[in-house]
Amino acid sequence: MEWVYQPWPWFAAGPIIGLFVPALLLAGNKSFGIASNLRHLCSAIAPGRVEFFAYDWRARGGWNLSFLGGIVLGAFMAATWMGSSDVAISPQTRASLTALGLDDLSGLVPREVFSWPALLTPGGFVSVVVGGFLVGFGTAYAGGCTSGHAIAGLADLQVPSLIAVAGFFGGGLIATHWILPLLL
Amino acid sequence: MTGFETIDERARAHDQWGAVAYLALGVLFGITLVKSEAVSWFRIQEMFRFQAFHMYGVMGSALAVAALSLAAIKRFHVTTVHGEPISIPPKELGRGYRYWAGGGIFGVGWALTGACPGPLFALVGAGVPVMLLAVVSAMAGTWVYGYLRPSLPH
Repeated sequence: MEWVYQPWPWFAAGPIIGLFVPALLLAGNKSFGIASNLRHLCSAIAPGRVEFFAYDWRARGGWNLSFLGGIVLGAFMAATWMGSSDVAISPQTRASLTALGLDDLSGLVPREVFSWPALLTPGGFVSVVVGGFLVGFGTAYAGGCTSGHAIAGLADLQVPSLIAVAGFFGGGLIATHWILPLLL
Repeated sequence: MTGFETIDERARAHDQWGAVAYLALGVLFGITLVKSEAVSWFRIQEMFRFQAFHMYGVMGSALAVAALSLAAIKRFHVTTVHGEPISIPPKELGRGYRYWAGGGIFGVGWALTGACPGPLFALVGAGVPVMLLAVVSAMAGTWVYGYLRPSLPH
């Protein structure tokens, strides 16, 4: 049972993640995609008079919001009871991040950036508030995120998903190599 | 008791069973996101710097398993557990703007927060409370998209 407390290698975790695509289809013909929940939450909390949010979110998104609640709960369980260790990133990444000015590479995320006090720094504010906004705007515009496009869409050999994934990577590379060095 | 009430009750029981099933699947997904370290900003940085195989392995093997499963579902006309047909709606290409522009915008956000939508929520559960603000921000982003949608190229 030691594996419960250790980080899971990619060849164990990846196939499990992939199985959510058929599992959700078999459970009720549902398409795997987390970003839709941001739309369902908007529709539930603040639909305004926006056409994009004018639909029955309970009927269309109830199952997915339930799945989302499970994600938060599961993440809590894993972080609380299934061991925690620092992330064993490569020495090159350690060196790159140290060169960016990060001192503390422990935990799941750098505390120097992702904490309430750090919101008052440019790095913290942009990473949390601006980054979050772009995730919400971009996934809604693209009609999907990593789960919906990079896994479910590509698995179904859909060309739009391939374009979207190229966009994800292009944007990610720009932010990593040109924006982050200005912030941290 | 009329037949309608019975059907209604059965439908409700069906929905309640469904909600629990999706919640349970979500729990398993949340655990996997944390244990694979896919929720880690450090792992996302490592990926965008091409300094380790880990995240490529996670996503590549997830994609392979999903693709094989979908092929099998189509080939053998598998139905849901309730016997309903499985259909996967194709995404409309249109002029394709939304995919590269929306995808690129999301990509910038993904590298900055170190989290795509699943991990964004998972991190709140995993003990990074400031991510709650990132979730609210993401909802604001989705809302603004919905508002601007009629005037954006798709």
